[in-house]
Amino acid sequence: MSAVLTPPSVALVPRRGLLLGIRGWAGVTIALAVVAVIVPIANLLVPGDSVFHLSDYAVQLVAKIMCYAMCALAMDLIWGYTGILSLGHGVFFALGGYAMGMYLMRQIGSDGQYRLPMPDFMVFLNWKEFPWHWAVSDSFVAQMLLVVLAPGLLAFVFGFFAFRSRIKGVYFSIITQAMTFAMMLLFFRNETGFGGNNGFTDFKRILGMPLATPSMRMTLFVITGCTLIAFFLMARAIVESKFGRVLQAIRDAESRVMFTGYDPLRYKLAIWTLSAAMCGIAGALYVPQVGIINPSEMTPAASIEIAIWTAVGGRATLIGPIVGAFFVNGMKSWFTQAFPEFWLYALGAMFIAVTLFLPQGIVGLVRGPDGVLARLRRSTRREGGSAS
Amino acid sequence: MTPELMQAGARARRAAELRSSAAAIGESGGREASYSRITTGELDVTHGAILYLDDITVSFDGFKALNALSLSISAGEMRCIIGPNGAGKTTMMDVITGKTRPDAGRAFFGSTIDLLRMRENEIASIGVGRKFQKPTVFEHLSVFENLELALKADRGVRASLFFRLTGEQLDRIGSTLVLIHLKDHAQRPAGLLSHGQKQWLEIGMLLIQNPKLLLLDEPVAGMTDEETDRTAELFLSLESSHSLVIVEHDMKFIHALTHGNPAKRVTVLHEGSVLAEGSLADVQRNEKVVEVYLGR
Amino acid sequence: MLRKVVRWGVLALAFAMPGASFALNAEQALAIAAGDNDLRIVALNAAVARGDERLAAFVQAMLDDEVKVAGPRVFIVHDGKTTDAATGAAATLPDGAEDVTNNNRTRGALEAALAGLRVFSPDVGVRRTAIAELAKVSLDDRQLPLVEKAFAAETDPALKSQLERMRSTMLVTSSDRGKRLAAAGDLAGSNQSAVASLLQERLGPSGEADPEVRAALQQALTTVRARLAWGEKLAVVFTGISLGSVLLLVALGLAITYGLMGVINMAHGELMMIGAYTTYVVQNLFRQYLPGIFDAYVIAAIPAAFLVSALVGAVLERGVIRFLYGRPLETLLATWGISLVLQQSVRSLFGAQNVPVENPNWLSGGVEVMSNLVLPYNRIAIIAFAMIVLGGVALLIAKTRFGLFIRGVTQNRRMASCVGVDTARIDMLAFSFGAGIAGLGGVALSQIGNVGPDLGQSYIVDSFLVVVVGGVGQLAGTVVAAVGLGVLNKLFEGLAGAVLAKIAVLVIIVVFIQRKPSGLFAMKGRSAEA
Repeated sequence: MSAVLTPPSVALVPRRGLLLGIRGWAGVTIALAVVAVIVPIANLLVPGDSVFHLSDYAVQLVAKIMCYAMCALAMDLIWGYTGILSLGHGVFFALGGYAMGMYLMRQIGSDGQYRLPMPDFMVFLNWKEFPWHWAVSDSFVAQMLLVVLAPGLLAFVFGFFAFRSRIKGVYFSIITQAMTFAMMLLFFRNETGFGGNNGFTDFKRILGMPLATPSMRMTLFVITGCTLIAFFLMARAIVESKFGRVLQAIRDAESRVMFTGYDPLRYKLAIWTLSAAMCGIAGALYVPQVGIINPSEMTPAASIEIAIWTAVGGRATLIGPIVGAFFVNGMKSWFTQAFPEFWLYALGAMFIAVTLFLPQGIVGLVRGPDGVLARLRRSTRREGGSAS
Repeated sequence: MTPELMQAGARARRAAELRSSAAAIGESGGREASYSRITTGELDVTHGAILYLDDITVSFDGFKALNALSLSISAGEMRCIIGPNGAGKTTMMDVITGKTRPDAGRAFFGSTIDLLRMRENEIASIGVGRKFQKPTVFEHLSVFENLELALKADRGVRASLFFRLTGEQLDRIGSTLVLIHLKDHAQRPAGLLSHGQKQWLEIGMLLIQNPKLLLLDEPVAGMTDEETDRTAELFLSLESSHSLVIVEHDMKFIHALTHGNPAKRVTVLHEGSVLAEGSLADVQRNEKVVEVYLGR
Repeated sequence: MLRKVVRWGVLALAFAMPGASFALNAEQALAIAAGDNDLRIVALNAAVARGDERLAAFVQAMLDDEVKVAGPRVFIVHDGKTTDAATGAAATLPDGAEDVTNNNRTRGALEAALAGLRVFSPDVGVRRTAIAELAKVSLDDRQLPLVEKAFAAETDPALKSQLERMRSTMLVTSSDRGKRLAAAGDLAGSNQSAVASLLQERLGPSGEADPEVRAALQQALTTVRARLAWGEKLAVVFTGISLGSVLLLVALGLAITYGLMGVINMAHGELMMIGAYTTYVVQNLFRQYLPGIFDAYVIAAIPAAFLVSALVGAVLERGVIRFLYGRPLETLLATWGISLVLQQSVRSLFGAQNVPVENPNWLSGGVEVMSNLVLPYNRIAIIAFAMIVLGGVALLIAKTRFGLFIRGVTQNRRMASCVGVDTARIDMLAFSFGAGIAGLGGVALSQIGNVGPDLGQSYIVDSFLVVVVGGVGQLAGTVVAAVGLGVLNKLFEGLAGAVLAKIAVLVIIVVFIQRKPSGLFAMKGRSAEA
């Protein structure tokens, strides 16, 4: 046997130790530098009239998109790698946002319109004491735990029942739509105690420090950016592990996975709950920077957009969804300022174009086997060969 | 130990054995069987049979895919199953592996493990390996990664997250790669393999789990003659250490497997139940079989 | 409401005066037509107590703004002819005659006077209407003399028993115990919810004291409630079936495109919306060019909506969906994009607000089955329409060649093309057909709800749930699921409100899917997994 085999440890196992190649780590470092150093300088230190100044508006926009990118990343994990298309992930984003919102509402203290220690909307509804789900809302730590637990728990319970009954594919997507729709209806009601259709807004402070200052904004920005990078690295680690390979196997041939002895339920549930928690954290970072949270974040349309960011960027690439989120939201920002009536046409066209012509997304366009880089390589190789 | 204590111990042991074998012989099987008798961990082949199907009936909307099918495979046996299309061969495999619930009947792995109460992945974990008619490998993963997934290892989520290949596991993958003639293709995505290579990869994924019972549904469909011969060699090498159930249409292949050995049995299925059973020669001579295959 | 009570009360007082004889003279006419409003009303009531049929005509003329005053004389100008109000003789209108104006109060008093007079009209039909109107008012002792008088004078038995009922309603608070007891007994025969409330009130802490009467009241209340309960149950069932019929129309198109063809079409709601807007356009065309047969616009809208939606569906199929067969998740996303484009197009063309679509006359109003149960005609029509469409679709799929081709192509595309079926054409036709059915759904929705660009969005989730629950591949499942979900939804709504009802239905569906993952009427066996 050993005469036939070359030492397998050298020939067979691909290099996995470093997680990312040289280029990958370089990219991460650059991203970190941009987020933590360059942007703060451009916004806070560079004077306002300089061409290098980054406006507050731009900072807020980028922060918003980074939160969206986290959702897109989460979506790539469940859709790109595990084949589960969720059209209701917006609800997890919103739940995380609401958890943070509750804390921020408490932080307003008595500075609201009614000058009472209760949030304005509760005063307006004539409530005398806090409902049960606001019990820990003035504790930062407890609410932050809720940011992860609330979406996580909903995801776990929903996923458990859905995956257990082997609901797959399109049926599953529709059920997730129904889930987010139902939650949205619930949150629209005033009696649910989440501010009804107005939601939460007019935040003043976080951890006792005022929210509206440039330094607080920048701090939140840097935290958001670092979280995005951290999520990316975490996702990378997951995808490169055997766990990630099982996920891809589930995507490609679920019955074979079962016959190989794995329980797809556990794997799906694990990645599903993780992705929900990621969205929850994204929502929690979004709310203090954007200043408002209301049930419109839970519309089925909002969740479907997350899927399109992932598809436009490139599924199962991890960097793709981030690119996609920036691209689509960038376009949205531009359109709604320049040609607002045409935004929905553009978005719709993007949906159609990506599914028909760009199944690999932007990243595939660049990196894929038929992409820009590949063609460049081929043409240079050809020229090099013909020269010799 | 005093002689009295030893005798007492022996008596106690005998009583326990009697109780457990009485339990095994007694009302075993049926979906009403209580939990205490089902031991999903231990495969008991002391009674000789590794697979025992009794009166299995499956109907789809009135059509009886399996009709009171009864079959018994001995440990270490290589049994070939033949039969015209629609005879119920694949459905039988579905029932054994837990993909389909029968409407009636009992199915046992060894004498104690009730297959009807377990899910697919549990059945796979206790040593029943199935190869599908259509090769189902993980197309986007490499050959190596396909085998790595099939390795016998903790199937849990946490274990998979922190999994690192040991040297022994690496060797095992390596030797399997040699066995299925895919050593040079270890890093290729499985989707790019030829049809026959995919079949082998799937067989390799089965073997690497070291199953006790292999169910092979048309393993050489679409293979070249040379590949078919090599597959026959492979199966013959597995014979005594594993039990094999092979469903096939290719008579040449079955001939190669049975080598004209009358002890090797062939079962003929027809319309959901066993039509005939015996050596290949006997079965080929059987009038009913001829009629069913060739028509009157 | 208060106005009605007041004016009836005033009337009743008028009738309390015995020996009423009806006549109208010039002074009375002047007093009613001119001067301070309060005094006018007093004069009116006095006249009613004494007036005649000319009074009725006079009051009508006042309401029609046909009365003019010149000095001491009062004139009625009707159809260009002037008559003297008191005498009825023809006259010429002097210059400087002023119009008599009425404010709400005087108008109310005039209307009450007219109705009151009508209760004694010789025409039984007029009496019936007047009594019905009277019955809608919450009655008490002050109307008693009027009702007693009417009851005594009434000859028609049905109207007499109605009046008797009204009488009992008032007598239940009479000081005479015997009368109260009799009234309680009589009220047990009612089926009005107003009566139930009254009985409830009388049984309350400040109501009836006498135990025997109380017992009679309780008995009456139980009986009336039981009768009403039927009405409430039927109402829930009816609204449930109505919602179910709408869901059916919506889901039927989806059952064809998804159930038979495997295409998940998120723009399905928008195809419905297009059907609804087509109805709007047809309505406007009729209004402008064919106002005489305006009521028939719905009939014309049906084929129009079908064709327009089918056309849009054909374009979608050829342009986009054709390239995505076998990739359901991609189809889902692409059709979502299409739905955005369609919504925005409609907004650009028709504006973002809702557009008004009226029910034609023959669909307005409803049939009153019980006092608390009115079944609107438009909803009944939609139930019938849904049945007809269902029947048509089932026939087409099962009995025609086209249906055979559709079934063949969807079950085994390769074989179908091998035997010469043009699969591309069949795909397009089948999809257009499903889209056309969606258009018909839009016509139905336009008649019972608002038409706006978001029309499709509110039904899309429900319709997909119908397909999920009903199972794929068979129409029967769609029907059962649609009606079932509709009824379930309405049942829960009655118990817990719309939002919780929706949530409850969703939870039930998820639980249901656990036990039957392929739906109610799923196809078993290997073919179903393809």
